[in-house]
Amino acid sequence: MRATARIKRLGIALGVLALLVWCAWDIDWSSFRYFSWGSFRGTVMSLLRPDWSAFYTGSTEDIFSLMVMTIAIGFFGTSIGTILAIPFTILSARNLWKNPVVPRIGKFVLDVLRAFPELVYAIIFIKVVGPGPFAGVLAIGIHQVGMLGKLFTEEMERMDETAVEACQAVGANGVQTMFFARIPQLMPIYASLALNHFEIAVRSASTLGLVGAGGIGATLIFAIQAARWPRVSIILLTVIVTVFLLDLLTGWIRKRLR
Amino acid sequence: MKIKDTVHFQWYKTLFVAALLALCLFGSIRYTQADFGQLAGNISQVSVFLRKLANPDFGYLGRLIDPMIKTLKMSALGTVLGVLLAIPFAFLATTVVTDNPVVTHIFRFFLNIIRTIPNLLLAALLVAVIGIGEATGVITIAIFTFGVTSQLIFETIETIDMSPLESAMAVGANKLKIAVWAVWPQIAASVLSYAFYAFELNVRASTVLGYVGAGGIGVKLNEALGLFRYERVFMIILFIFAVVVIVDAVSEAIRRRLR
Repeated sequence: MRATARIKRLGIALGVLALLVWCAWDIDWSSFRYFSWGSFRGTVMSLLRPDWSAFYTGSTEDIFSLMVMTIAIGFFGTSIGTILAIPFTILSARNLWKNPVVPRIGKFVLDVLRAFPELVYAIIFIKVVGPGPFAGVLAIGIHQVGMLGKLFTEEMERMDETAVEACQAVGANGVQTMFFARIPQLMPIYASLALNHFEIAVRSASTLGLVGAGGIGATLIFAIQAARWPRVSIILLTVIVTVFLLDLLTGWIRKRLR
Repeated sequence: MKIKDTVHFQWYKTLFVAALLALCLFGSIRYTQADFGQLAGNISQVSVFLRKLANPDFGYLGRLIDPMIKTLKMSALGTVLGVLLAIPFAFLATTVVTDNPVVTHIFRFFLNIIRTIPNLLLAALLVAVIGIGEATGVITIAIFTFGVTSQLIFETIETIDMSPLESAMAVGANKLKIAVWAVWPQIAASVLSYAFYAFELNVRASTVLGYVGAGGIGVKLNEALGLFRYERVFMIILFIFAVVVIVDAVSEAIRRRLR
């Protein structure tokens, strides 16, 4: 028995190894041919010397104001996402409808909204409102509707129905049970989820600049293309520190909401 | 809950939070130069786009198979490398094995930083440092996987049953032996399921990696977007979505059999 188990385990391990070798075989490793340790070390060394003077120059194009812009895009996008997610949640929560078709349609719409990456939304909205931060806001907003709508619906379906039943027992209608039983119970959870997605939104807002949707990403990509490593490192440092601080802040608020 | 905790007695707090949120919202609206008039005026662009989306170019599917297989290979290799690298770091980021809070804090801080960098920026940085190509894609995926799974693994290590550790310690096992013989058997199944989860995330993220030229299906997506061929864009997204669903089903089946 033990021998067969061991052979089986060995077989699985060999199979996985063979699969990995097959994967590695087919990948084009040629970009390593131009790789030299000397230039790599040079890049890393200049990345370790951030260009502090670029952080704040007083103009609207310095890294500080671009980071504030990125946070604003994240905040506005999350606000749009949170507000628009609520009607979708009401549409797609199974426990709010006697008819099983309506929630299925709602969930399908949310799945479709989530299937598109933010970058694709950003490119579409750039065509609609022109390049700039507003395109980024709309891209993040629409993507967040799909994300938050799904999470909100799951929380709605998982909620404790006793308060709802108590309200119905004393004759409350649908709107009244919504306001007096469902919302008080779900509000802290929804606020917590929205805060968590605000942090995620800031992180993705910092990348949307790559396609021209505002924020710090465009500056970063130009700096990378021009190989201005001290500038790259101050931008990355700003993004990392900001996201880290937001993580701490939203974590603190979320802990208090519970 | 005391009666003083209800909304009626804490209205000033609610009002303060609402005012703060409204202030942030108006500030961000001003700052991002939001113009809903423009959005309403150009909404026809969206309908053009939606019409193209409504009929995806199914004939294009044949030319997507090869890049998709390439994406899956890159994701598989990157995931395995990332998870293998994440395991020792996750052990160092908990006090369970090292018993040293200073080491734990240093490694946790390092892992936090890795996790903070958005994967698109990571890809852009690696493309600049190493050069464009599929190898860069694999490394990006590996680092991204490392960031995601290391946190999940160290959180799992913290919740394990301590009694096997104590018995191993009682018979004089050193730290490496404790890690391998007392901790690892408890977390192996979870690590495997995190690896599958990361693999799925990586297949999704392939759309983004192509944008910086790191190979796979994302390059096709980028081409289609650049040429405004939205019927192809939708086909690619549909295909990625289908593959993610299949990957999910397969990993679910494998995990169930291993349990």
